[in-house]
Amino acid sequence: MQPFTLARPASLEEATRLAAAGAMPLAGGTELLNWMRLGIAAPARLADISRLPGLDAIAPLPDGGLSLGALARLNDVAAHPAVRAGYPVLRQAIHKAASAQLRNLATIGGNLLQKTRCAYFRAEESLPCNRRAPGSGCAALHGLNERHAIFGWTEACVATQPSDPAVALAALDAVVVVAGPAGARRIPLGDLHLLPDAAGAAADTALRAGEIIVAIELPGPAPRSAYLKIRERESYEYALVSAAGALVLDGRTIRRARLALGSVAMKPWRLPAAEAALAGLSLDDTAALRAALEPAFAEARPLSHNGYKVPLARNAALRVIGMIAEGHAP
Amino acid sequence: MTPMDPAPLRRDLVRAASLAALAPALPVAAQPAAAPAAAPTLRVNGAVHDLAGLDPRTTLLDWLRERLDLTGAKKGCNEGACGACTVLLDGRRVNACLVLAATLDGRSVTTVEGLARADGTLHPVQQAFIDHDAFQCGYCTPGQVVSAVACITEGHAGSEAEIREWMSGNLCRCAAYPQITAAVQDAAARMARGEA
Ligand SMILES: Cc1cc2nc3c(=O)[nH]c(=O)nc-3n(C[C@H](O)[C@H](O)[C@H](O)COP(=O)(O)OP(=O)(O)OC[C@H]3O[C@@H](n4cnc5c(N)ncnc54)[C@H](O)[C@@H]3O)c2cc1C
Ligand code: SF4
Ligand code: FES
Ligand code: FES
Repeated sequence: MQPFTLARPASLEEATRLAAAGAMPLAGGTELLNWMRLGIAAPARLADISRLPGLDAIAPLPDGGLSLGALARLNDVAAHPAVRAGYPVLRQAIHKAASAQLRNLATIGGNLLQKTRCAYFRAEESLPCNRRAPGSGCAALHGLNERHAIFGWTEACVATQPSDPAVALAALDAVVVVAGPAGARRIPLGDLHLLPDAAGAAADTALRAGEIIVAIELPGPAPRSAYLKIRERESYEYALVSAAGALVLDGRTIRRARLALGSVAMKPWRLPAAEAALAGLSLDDTAALRAALEPAFAEARPLSHNGYKVPLARNAALRVIGMIAEGHAP
Repeated sequence: MTPMDPAPLRRDLVRAASLAALAPALPVAAQPAAAPAAAPTLRVNGAVHDLAGLDPRTTLLDWLRERLDLTGAKKGCNEGACGACTVLLDGRRVNACLVLAATLDGRSVTTVEGLARADGTLHPVQQAFIDHDAFQCGYCTPGQVVSAVACITEGHAGSEAEIREWMSGNLCRCAAYPQITAAVQDAAARMARGEA
């Protein structure tokens, strides 16, 4: 790890000022320390925001939603009564992420800013990777890409965003509240992560220099929601594919559906056309549900080694609807 | 049910306690009771240690092992993946390899060395690991034991399946998992009966 200095800002204003001057925020540190060890990041200064007062609060919003302070630890978010009762998809996504001890450190804000697990990107030696060294190429494009993207990739980068909570938050239409040198702004979760562009892999997120995530706001509860994570072992493993679903039901009829897929693109992948097609269908008409989902997967562009992800993702989307249906049979 | 983050009140108490215990230990710097300016300290297994002058890169794990000679917590992967470095931070289990020691002013750490009673009586989890032969080479064991203590106090040891899920952050290359699971289950029962 290269040398750095450590500042402990006492307020959010001081933290954004430090960040604008180039300091990197340190929250749980579970990503940042590993980046510094691998040389993915080499900040000269860290701003320890982990104990900034109030930023770990979880509190109801006047509109019936819920505000998650960016510094709330993952385990505390999942254990909160309002999350437990109103947002099972988020609770499940968190409990399936990382490990019990990591979730005591990892913050919900930091989780959204984690980088891809692409093995070329995380390699100790220097390999062609446009995200590590712009212009060096993408070793995964024709290399080992079985865990890579099927949607939204370019030849410059075919990686995926690995966060589980982000997928749940995308399905919930969460909004990321940030504070920065130019004031506060709100970023819909679907706009936080950036797909790779055609030239270089560019930035991961829409955050600007000096901006700090203050909170993640959830609209009203989604009690009929669930998260399905498919992976090579039952626990403590990143997803091959995941699916988050939130339904509004009228008896056994879907009134409104929201679906997001994980580990298929560099951002949580919402399925707007399928969501529209699902409205009005019966939970018991599996053939119709499958037909509603199908067109979304016709657009998939699998790579040389990840064709399996297309049916896996489609089946995951169908199954998560089934999980919600089973959990709430009349 | 994860215990909630320690309330500010508790953190202040910990800090106050640390400062009190520090006072006689500091020879020259007879600091007046003005708390905020005091040297940063960290309590480990009840004893207060000075954090001043630390290279900010020092992880809690390296600090425990290299400075305090508390070599119970092990360095397996040094990237959060194996759990061998698990310690309790303000009562909650964390990976010591992912925490910078210099950020821990006023907080409290328990390592595997701090689990047994002063008279040497083992913690019920330690005893259960012996009774169930829950280790082979022993490298992962301190992390398993500390993690198991937290797993039980969190209320995540209700069934074999729940233990396996909530202990999955601790890898065992010797694959003593069945024995570890049995030990955690047994220790949870002993602790519930108040044998702790
Ligand atoms: C072994 C292992 C397994 C894992 N498995 C999973 C998994 O299965 N699923 C999953 O979803 N995740 C997984 N993770 C990732 C883990 O969840 C993230 O590392 C964690 O959530 C990051 O949060 P943090 O608070 O530790 O971030 P940090 O490491 O502190 O920060 C990460 C980045 O975000 C920035 N940052 C942090 N907070 C803010 C803020 N409020 N405002 C602006 N910038 C900020 C930092 O500057 C840094 O750039 C795993 C990690 C490890 C080590
Ligand atoms: S997929 Fe992206 S992160 Fe992986 S090697 Fe290619 S450019 Fe790098
Ligand atoms: S050494 Fe910390 S988790 Fe492996
Ligand atoms: S006992 Fe050898 S690694 Fe667990």
